[in-house]
Amino acid sequence: MKKKALLFIALAFTLLLSACSQSSSSDDTNNKKNSGKLEIFSWWTGAGEEDGLKALIKLFKEKNPDIPVENAAVAGGAGTNAKAVLASRMQGNDPPATFQVHGGAELNDGWVAADKMEPLNDLYDKEKWNDKFPKQLIDMVSKDGKIYSVPVDIHRGNVLWYNKKVFADNNLQAPKTLDEFFKVADKLKAKGITPLALGDKEPWTATMIFENILLGTLGNEDYQKLWTGDLKFDDPKVKKAAESFKKMLSYVNDDHSSRNWQDASQLVAKGDAAMNIMGDWAKGYFVNDLKLKVNEDFGWVATPGSEGQFMIITDTFGLPKGVKNTKDVKQFLSLLGSVEGQDAFNPLKGSIPARTDADESKYDEYGKQTMKEFKEAKLAPSLAHGSAAPEGFVTKANQAVNIFVTQKNVGQLIDSLNQASSELKK
Amino acid sequence: MEPKVLPSLQSGSSLAVSAKKRRKWNVDHWLSFAFILPSVIAVAVFVYGFIAWSGYVSLSNWNSLVPDLSFAGLKNYLFLFKDFRFQADLRNTLFFTLFFILAVLFMGLMLAVFLDQKIRGESLFRNIFFFPMALSFVVTGVIWQWLLNPATGVNLFLKKIGLDSLWYTSVTVIPGIQWSKIQFGVPVAVIAVVIAAAWQMTGFSVAMYLAGLRAIPEEIREAARMDGAGEFQIYRKIIFPMVAPITVSVVIIMAHISLKIFDLIYAMTGPGANFVTDVPGVYMFETTFRGNYYANGAAISIIMLLSVAIFIVPYLISSRKGES
Repeated sequence: MKKKALLFIALAFTLLLSACSQSSSSDDTNNKKNSGKLEIFSWWTGAGEEDGLKALIKLFKEKNPDIPVENAAVAGGAGTNAKAVLASRMQGNDPPATFQVHGGAELNDGWVAADKMEPLNDLYDKEKWNDKFPKQLIDMVSKDGKIYSVPVDIHRGNVLWYNKKVFADNNLQAPKTLDEFFKVADKLKAKGITPLALGDKEPWTATMIFENILLGTLGNEDYQKLWTGDLKFDDPKVKKAAESFKKMLSYVNDDHSSRNWQDASQLVAKGDAAMNIMGDWAKGYFVNDLKLKVNEDFGWVATPGSEGQFMIITDTFGLPKGVKNTKDVKQFLSLLGSVEGQDAFNPLKGSIPARTDADESKYDEYGKQTMKEFKEAKLAPSLAHGSAAPEGFVTKANQAVNIFVTQKNVGQLIDSLNQASSELKK
Repeated sequence: MEPKVLPSLQSGSSLAVSAKKRRKWNVDHWLSFAFILPSVIAVAVFVYGFIAWSGYVSLSNWNSLVPDLSFAGLKNYLFLFKDFRFQADLRNTLFFTLFFILAVLFMGLMLAVFLDQKIRGESLFRNIFFFPMALSFVVTGVIWQWLLNPATGVNLFLKKIGLDSLWYTSVTVIPGIQWSKIQFGVPVAVIAVVIAAAWQMTGFSVAMYLAGLRAIPEEIREAARMDGAGEFQIYRKIIFPMVAPITVSVVIIMAHISLKIFDLIYAMTGPGANFVTDVPGVYMFETTFRGNYYANGAAISIIMLLSVAIFIVPYLISSRKGES
């Protein structure tokens, strides 16, 4: 009998416990919603970018000491893991207060099309932003006349980085066209130096090379037509670009598939390889992590054939539907879009501000030049970073490119892209 | 079963049993039932409920951010079996599983026999062999990636003595018979992953085999020795057959790990050039959460579940038979 009584007590106790934990957890969520913690979701955890985010949050706290902020960054290059976490939270109707999203298709064909975002036109009017950001950029974050996010930074995707010492030692000039690139690459190869460093353990790095060749070969207008379905992937010009891509791949390091983009940048930094095609976050890596000097240890030019064009990758923040503390979120977005906010964040991250009226003196030599070119150049959305096409297409394109890097079968690449292009009309 | 035999006794005993049962249901059974009820409900909802949901999604058109649960038939499955990447995944999983299990069994048995020789410092060796089990696959993946990378680690030695250091990133498939869209055979790059996985899981089979070896009474060996059997013969004819049931358990447990493997590959090699080290788990993650192909992802998960079931279900059935 005693044993039975004990069991009953134990059972009652467990039930009580579970009841308690349930009520306390629901209390927690209630508190969260009431106090309205401002949860900022991003994948900024690397050197430089994390400092930039922290500077932004610090600035926000100074101005709004009564709004509690939570930095909900998820680690992982190019947001691979963060995007997965975000997708499940959005599907489960538990959106963060605001989240990092690339302007372009990732925003418009993703979250806006899924009816998960609030328009921000009133905020743009209130802050008089409509002429502060370039019109092409505002178009990238708008759908049907409604603006859905605030761009905080701009990265350039069509940059060829090169080791200045290697180029000087071999009396070479940085190549501006594909023909020049192949000439330079042949000379380097003859000297036993790897001409082009590639690290495609994550295949988007190879996709970046391909999109840059596409931009250089097709020109801005035709490049953009690819993503609207107005130019087919079996167009002879696309085939020509694929042939150039194939040729370029014959100049890369043997162990490319075991490296990530940082490992590839290291090859250039050490002088084991001469050139590398990567977005200008590579500059942040060169300067912050490898302690190289801008325009002394490494130089840059636009990728072959893409001079006067700007492959744009922009990080933006928007307001998801179903968020309770809308006012606080807008307060934060106001700061993100302000000159003060952009100049606090971008010099640390190594990107340039999305506004055209920011303070140039805060940026390094590369930043100043890029800011100037950003104002003059034609903008082109990046495929590899989700601005040009929906994620569904990007995933398939990455797979096709990953196969192509090994098999080098132009016909097959074109076929795969053509098949995947049905995703573009969604 | 046989009612004609001793009818009175039979009915009497069954009466007694049912009375006993009823009495138990009153107190003890209700109590124990109440205790397991929460976990039964949790398992029903969060395991079987969601398996059923995945199965349903895998038959739907939900291949974008907006849920579309209209019925699509076997479209997603047909797509997968025609897909280059999924065909490569099936090939890689097959050979990874095969080599991984063979390596774990062989190494485990050898090391267990070694430990069973009553050697000095046995507990030290035992700990050394078991230690990798304490790590997560992610840690193992990162470390072995550094060790086997062409630019660092072991391959620098290989390079020094003039051997090929690029096997880790090799896209060669041996023998590479064309089969549907892929080349069928053993992808060389998979060997690196097999080494890492076997390094981690061998400790488990050592533990299992060691327990099995220790359970064999010394008398049997003595008797065999008396009959003039050599040490080798004793192992081959007596010891190994006696630990055979353990082999079955190890195979089942290793198979379900290797068929579902994700973390090791994701941390170590990724999908690999031409998908030579890709596995269904990685494909499922990327296609579902990066490409928003929810229905395709669900179909991959269901295929993974079925492939594990091929191993687990016969095992469960046979072990139930053994009990009754």
